[in-house]
Amino acid sequence: MITLLWIIGGLLALLAISWVLRKLAQVVTGNKPRFRDMPLAVALGYVLGVVVLAFGVWLWFQPNAVFFRWFVQGLAISVVAAFIFRWLGRTVGTKTTKKAFRQMPLTASFGFLVILIYAICAIFAGVLAPYGQAEVFQNVNVLPGGNPATGGDPAHLLGTDQIGRDLLTRLIYGAQNTVGIAFATVCLAFLVGGSLGFLAAVFGGWLDNILSRIVDVLMAIPSLIFALLLMTIASAWAGSQQWLLTVYMVLIIALIDSTRVFRLARAVGQSIVVMDYVEAAKLRGEGLGYLIFREILPNATAPLLAELGLRFCFVFLTISALSFLGIGIQPPLADWGTMVRDLAQFINFAAFSPLAAALPLMAAGAIALLTVAVNFVVDWMLHKSSGLKE
Amino acid sequence: MSDTLLRISNLKIEGRSDETWMPIIKGIDLELKKGEVLGLIGESGAGKSTVGLAAMGYTRDGVRITDGEVLFDGVDLVKASLPDKRALLGKRIAYVAQSAAASFNPAHKLINQHVEGPVRHGVMSRAESEEDAIRLYERLRLPNPQEIGFRYPHQVSGGQLQRAMTAMAMSCRPDLIIFDEPTTALDVTTQIEVLAAIRDIVDQFGTAAIYITHDLAVVAQMADRIKVLLRGEEVEEASTEEMLSHPKEEYTKSLWSVRSFKRPAKPAIQTDTTPVIRLKDVNASYGQTPVLHDVSFDIHEGRTVAVVGESGSGKSTAARCITGLLPPTNGTVELDGSALPADFRKRSKDQLRQIQMIYQMADTALNPRKSVGEIIARPVEFYMGLKGREKRKRVDQLMDQIELPASEFYDRLPSELSGGQKQRVGIARALAAEPKFIICDEVTSALDQLVAEGILKLLAQLQDELKLSYMFITHDLATVRAIADDVVVMKDGRVIEQGPKADMFTPPHHPYTDLLLSSVPEMDPDWLSNLLEERGRDNVGDMATDKMA
Repeated sequence: MITLLWIIGGLLALLAISWVLRKLAQVVTGNKPRFRDMPLAVALGYVLGVVVLAFGVWLWFQPNAVFFRWFVQGLAISVVAAFIFRWLGRTVGTKTTKKAFRQMPLTASFGFLVILIYAICAIFAGVLAPYGQAEVFQNVNVLPGGNPATGGDPAHLLGTDQIGRDLLTRLIYGAQNTVGIAFATVCLAFLVGGSLGFLAAVFGGWLDNILSRIVDVLMAIPSLIFALLLMTIASAWAGSQQWLLTVYMVLIIALIDSTRVFRLARAVGQSIVVMDYVEAAKLRGEGLGYLIFREILPNATAPLLAELGLRFCFVFLTISALSFLGIGIQPPLADWGTMVRDLAQFINFAAFSPLAAALPLMAAGAIALLTVAVNFVVDWMLHKSSGLKE
Repeated sequence: MSDTLLRISNLKIEGRSDETWMPIIKGIDLELKKGEVLGLIGESGAGKSTVGLAAMGYTRDGVRITDGEVLFDGVDLVKASLPDKRALLGKRIAYVAQSAAASFNPAHKLINQHVEGPVRHGVMSRAESEEDAIRLYERLRLPNPQEIGFRYPHQVSGGQLQRAMTAMAMSCRPDLIIFDEPTTALDVTTQIEVLAAIRDIVDQFGTAAIYITHDLAVVAQMADRIKVLLRGEEVEEASTEEMLSHPKEEYTKSLWSVRSFKRPAKPAIQTDTTPVIRLKDVNASYGQTPVLHDVSFDIHEGRTVAVVGESGSGKSTAARCITGLLPPTNGTVELDGSALPADFRKRSKDQLRQIQMIYQMADTALNPRKSVGEIIARPVEFYMGLKGREKRKRVDQLMDQIELPASEFYDRLPSELSGGQKQRVGIARALAAEPKFIICDEVTSALDQLVAEGILKLLAQLQDELKLSYMFITHDLATVRAIADDVVVMKDGRVIEQGPKADMFTPPHHPYTDLLLSSVPEMDPDWLSNLLEERGRDNVGDMATDKMA
């Protein structure tokens, strides 16, 4: 109760301060339109911003706010890295890439940088990783940092897990397994969902009805539970062949996600099909392939790209979730979802040893970072392809 | 001095494109006395609407007023604060937008939207305002004034909606109303009703108005003075009579002379030739609703048949039957004397090639992701099987024909073209198929008059060179006069009258043809008054009720 009163009182005080400051600004600047027409809410926003900023600075100097400092440092490094990357892109390369980089916002270049690093990790995992992904060492539960004084080991920079596998190695291999499988799944989902969606849009009638009802039924079942169910069946089919289970997983997730793609492609397709230029092409006698790939698809890229970014992240999270539950990517293959699960209990030590708590956060952070990066890039592509100038 | 209501001086407005600010209005002065109507005319992009909005101290997003002042009754609307402006807008200055259908909120009844202004501004109570609304509906000669306010916007026709919007603008008895092309989207017969209603009510209440339009004949009926704009600058300003009889500037004269384009009449059709296209007793329906009833007409080689009628008369449906998009339920379409399969999917490639179409909205008729060259090249490749250099040569030739040199336009996207240029690309795409017959569906109605004239001339020239036949769908009789050889008048899915143009434009007419013909505004300031007198006031009201049913 007292806390609530404090919060309300604080907000009222801030409101009063913002009113006074706005009044002051009006008087000082001689009623400039900027301050004259400023709503009180905007003034409050400015004041709140200043308060939050001050809180951040205060928090920085607190001795046990380790994660906050890491976060701020990480942010600063990301901004600088993105900046350098964009600068590099602007000076090196062909005319078109230079132009692309010139128009690119910082968020997009950060996204590209992250994706590039992930891609390099995934492709050259075997070269980059110091050890093999299934290799087990004597040293178990080594903390990250590589400093023996804080429980680290210079041989294992990011530490090891409970059975002594090197985490840096497994993070790098995780990029190959998790991202690679997610990518394959998304491509499959878009191929199936997209083509069926466009087909339904162009044909309409009974084909549209049948496909849409099937999709409705599939969408009515909660996706994770459905995936779990199908995976249980698949694991019985796959028997002891682990790679077969992975193939089944790709197919199952692609099927479930293609329903969402189908919905979008159909809706977008329907609004394009009624355009006069599609009618003109139909009257010319063009075939179905030309209609879909040359007339409709180029005009549907913007919404599909946006969906691709989101879908990739969802697929990726679904795979990690399934792995976390134990039926996704199977050991000894390294996978970020599995890593989070294996190391999850270390989060309990956050209050005593931030380094121990960082163990599960590294894999989780790898997932989060890629999700953010992909969406930054997709946002930018969307902005470009939608032809928005502002 | 005291009777000056609005004075705009040295107004400069910029708009943002590609991160830089480009001037849209380059210093315009304007003065409006109380009770006076000023007509603002110009082509699209001349800045008419921008000036109209600026007269209310408002700019669209991405547009800013950089200089000048807008003095409304002594208040500078450019510098006025938001609350000060709010007190004026709606109460003393009102705005009537081009598309009433898009401007009314579809979720509320008309009268609820009507009373919002007066109640908000504290001019009237809700009950008073509702009563007043009904009185205004009566004055604007809306059918069923007691009831019409309690309908939703979609339950009312376009012309009525436009009048309801005028009533709404009148609700606070403003001193100034800005009409932004209020009749452009309407049929000629409906346009007259709206024009008469607007003129009446402006007279009655002594309201000053700025009337924005691109149609000279319309502005001649409405305005006391006319100001001509071109690319953000004033060309000239004079009283309506003077402007119509003695335009000073070259540009104004060219606007005036647009309507004079006429093709020489062609000799009569020889009776023994087979027509290129023949419709025989065509019936068609959308679902269960019949839309065409026994439509028959012929189109002969090298001739233009104009199909005229109001919206909903079945002109475009007839075109859809010819192209095969809407298979007729009864009757046949013949090409060169042999019947065409009803469904376009069953037609041969050559049959499809012979019938081409040019669309009304060039924006939606061209794929926005393809370059001009690709758009034109596709039919060349598809029908003629040309590849590589030969294809490019043919495309260059076609682009020369539409007067868009390939060197400059080949790689451009449709969004980088003006409206007239887009329409030319549409024509080139149709020509690329080397057809015998082209359907032109309202090809000029979305274009400015000067540009439209250019398109008509191009079509006429191509017809002479290539012996093309056109079916020209339009509701604009000026276009018919300019380009048609034969005319087909349609109403409610039936052919009312047909024959050579000369016969159609000389009396006696069918009564409906007469109504259509007499509704086309003329460049005579007294035309509307004379016409209304001739038809009788009640008659106009009847027409409105007629349309309702």
